[in-house]
Amino acid sequence: MPFIPHTEEEVQQMLEAIGVASIDDLFDEIPAALRAGNLPGIPDGMSEMEVGALMHARARQDGRATCFIGAGAYEHHIPAAVWEITTRGEFYSAYTPYQAEASQGTLQLLYEYQSMMTALMDMETSNASLYDGASAVAEAVLMAVRGNRKSKSKRILMPRTLHPAYRKVAHTIVRNQGIELVEVPFDMTSGQTDQAALAAHVGEDFAALVIPQPNFFGVLEPVDALTDWAHANGMLAIGVVNPLAMSVLQPPGQWGEVGADIVVGEGQPLGAPLSSGGPYFGFMCCTQKLVRQMPGRIIGKTVDLDGRPGYTLTLQAREQHIRRSKATSNICTNQGLLVTAATIHMSLLGADGLANVAAACHANTNSLVESLTALDGVENVFGGPAFHERVLRLCVPPADVLKSLAAHNVLGGYDLSQDYPELEDCLLVCATEVRTPEDIDNYAAKLSRILVAQGRAKCPIEPKFDQ
Amino acid sequence: MLIYEQSRPGRRAFAQAPKAAPELSGIPQEFLRREKAALPEVSEMQAVRHYTRLSQKNFSIDTQFYPLGSCTMKYNPRACNTLAMLPGMLGRHPLAPELHSQGFMSCMYELREMLKEITGMHDVSLVPAAGAQGEFTGVAMIRAYHDANGDRARSEIIVPDAAHGTNPATAVMCGYKVREIPTLSNGDVDLEALQEAVGPHTAGIMLTNPSTVGVFERNIAEIARIVHKAGGLLCYDGANLNAILGKCRPGDMGFDVIHMNLHKTFSTPHGGGGPGAGPVGVSERLRPFLPVPMVARDGYGDYYWLTEKERPQTIGKLMAFAGNAGVLLRAWVYARILGREGMIRVAEYATLNANYMAARLRNAGFQLAYPERRATHEFIVTLKKQAKELQVNAMDFAKRLLDYGYHAPTTYFPLLVPECFLIEPTETEAKEELDGFVAAMQAIQKEAESEPDTVKAAPHALPVRRLDDVRAAREPDLRWIPGDRC
Repeated sequence: MPFIPHTEEEVQQMLEAIGVASIDDLFDEIPAALRAGNLPGIPDGMSEMEVGALMHARARQDGRATCFIGAGAYEHHIPAAVWEITTRGEFYSAYTPYQAEASQGTLQLLYEYQSMMTALMDMETSNASLYDGASAVAEAVLMAVRGNRKSKSKRILMPRTLHPAYRKVAHTIVRNQGIELVEVPFDMTSGQTDQAALAAHVGEDFAALVIPQPNFFGVLEPVDALTDWAHANGMLAIGVVNPLAMSVLQPPGQWGEVGADIVVGEGQPLGAPLSSGGPYFGFMCCTQKLVRQMPGRIIGKTVDLDGRPGYTLTLQAREQHIRRSKATSNICTNQGLLVTAATIHMSLLGADGLANVAAACHANTNSLVESLTALDGVENVFGGPAFHERVLRLCVPPADVLKSLAAHNVLGGYDLSQDYPELEDCLLVCATEVRTPEDIDNYAAKLSRILVAQGRAKCPIEPKFDQ
Repeated sequence: MLIYEQSRPGRRAFAQAPKAAPELSGIPQEFLRREKAALPEVSEMQAVRHYTRLSQKNFSIDTQFYPLGSCTMKYNPRACNTLAMLPGMLGRHPLAPELHSQGFMSCMYELREMLKEITGMHDVSLVPAAGAQGEFTGVAMIRAYHDANGDRARSEIIVPDAAHGTNPATAVMCGYKVREIPTLSNGDVDLEALQEAVGPHTAGIMLTNPSTVGVFERNIAEIARIVHKAGGLLCYDGANLNAILGKCRPGDMGFDVIHMNLHKTFSTPHGGGGPGAGPVGVSERLRPFLPVPMVARDGYGDYYWLTEKERPQTIGKLMAFAGNAGVLLRAWVYARILGREGMIRVAEYATLNANYMAARLRNAGFQLAYPERRATHEFIVTLKKQAKELQVNAMDFAKRLLDYGYHAPTTYFPLLVPECFLIEPTETEAKEELDGFVAAMQAIQKEAESEPDTVKAAPHALPVRRLDDVRAAREPDLRWIPGDRC
């Protein structure tokens, strides 16, 4: 019996103490008609050795292809110490710090995390995490609708340059409350949010404008202008940012005249492995003014009976276990362990280390783009400044090319035609700091061979979108 | 001491990042950060020592008995972590092609099949990130179902008053009004009140079984009949699935949707507050609405993704990718190690432990909230007598238990039992641990009678004494600010 310590003798003693003859008697309140069979569809148990062998085989089966896909999840070096410490039983197997005195480790760490995130974003407050970047955008939308005193609107301006999955998730989560997400198109030349299209909404009532930085294409948005425009029109500004990029890019607290009001994003670049898309963590920061509208756990510093500093869950009057149907969100458990990893990761890298990683990613992507656009049949699409991710147009449909590249163990990027019909021959590529010059040369060589093999490498590419 | 106190300008863990920053070519100055962020500047060893020491200030399953009711704090097998963190599993990009994902996808497919079998539901989606997101998914699917039938008058979700706070909060997030119904003094749902509450405005009911008061809802078949007859659907909060694993199945009880907390029943770590995983199972009529993506298997035995294209009626996506995959892998390892026999024994021994502790505590003079009922995997002790006669309340007992080396049970939940302890020992605890906890409770009872101030001022043996929560909320100090003394 895996993980069950009882001896036969102990079971007898326990049954006697309870006053029943058998374990089965303990289930006598379950109506007989509801008693289950013996789970014929579940396989026999395995030893750790057996399941280990099976898992190793499956992990090997998936191989270790060289990854040039970003699109919201990025392969970065994670210091060995990060997960060594994070998976210590005292962090790994603890729960939400309801008993503060017995959870000072987790609580202080979360306070340090809140301090680091507010520093990185240059914002006033941070919560202790949400599920992921996409659901964090949904929570930010709900928070903006609650928190914007100047607006009665349940409409939000959401640019098409925001990650398509984030837009879908936000729609799933907020639509039942009658909130409408209004799409803002992008400029086909720069890849930035179309400010003329935005200007057409002047005079309408919206609760907030969402501003991604960098946007899904890797392109940098004119965040100062967008933030000021939102504020001038009575909207809150919601930044959606890559936290690693914020080590080198202007942080949301400094956007425009007064900075963004709410900032969310995907925390994965801070110490979470790719791991098939999760667990990651969503982060959320906001201005002091909005803190009581924030969803999720928040940790505060206080003192104990002797006046010594200590940490505790605070502002709980926002939360479901106190407010029930009037809570700011239904969120309960968040992504504590990932935040543990992120806090240790940020401590080990520091501001300089993160900035060096960000710059190395940017340089690698530049070098990848240079190598690939040197090939006939590949061109850079957007002219706007970009960080660490880029859109390339191929002379053949990317789906086939990606399949051929994958057969050579190169994951060549993300096929944008799935979400953007207007970018039908386009690929989103990324080379983080872990990619070597050899990886990049190998990608270029394989792509060149595939394009030649398709016999269309010499096809002239005409710009498809005359501006 | 905060990590910031060990920070010195120019200090770094130099092995951890490229040495020099290349120029950010192509990015105009106005986009760049002007001042570097105030992150700590420490050496690698300082960071390692600091966070190792912080970890030692936590209670955890690996170090203490942790009978937190409704949370199922059982042993988290180490193999689950080690195997889920194999490089081949950790390194897979969420958007990697199916060709490079068959190993991972086969685990997801098998987990889905096992969860279907255990719950008796017709289909399962693994996407939701946690219990609360699973609840949201369940109610959102109920809404999608009524909408698809053009049945738009259904505006209410019924929730028993004993329910977890996430239930009413979820119903509101899905655009519903909440109608609470009372619980009888024997712990069962008040059927008359339910009968009065249902009608053409009823979208559904959210129910936990065994309920949050730690007893099996005996009238579940009748509840299902009443709600279904009114045209509503039944949503099962799977918080307490550990109690019935292999004994009875929500699908057989008549539920239309269930979410499971894999971080409870399938022993994935609680991680100091997540990550969890909250897969949802559905009856046939809700199948089209399940969230995507989901793994399927074709006739050749190859795995592929089901997306919005194949599932046009889906409520959509809930997470950027396919959910908390690493948590799901841990649950798969756990389920494969347990197998059929192991799973059935989970509920048996969890129930044995809870009933044993309940019997011992009752014999020691503690008052059970539902003495005439069988305990499930958890049970409630009420300390209202101690609070009234000795002015020592449940919180005082909880804090004093910490001094004895036990994590406190869940306190003051469910709200309808005064001064309560919700105690869930789980199946992985040995008898002597349970006996030790009972002995500690007896010792505290004696202290409460002879030296109540010791109990009321507890804890005494922890890194901090009782904290000033009022001050924390009144003068929020939510971050370290550069220049602050720590």
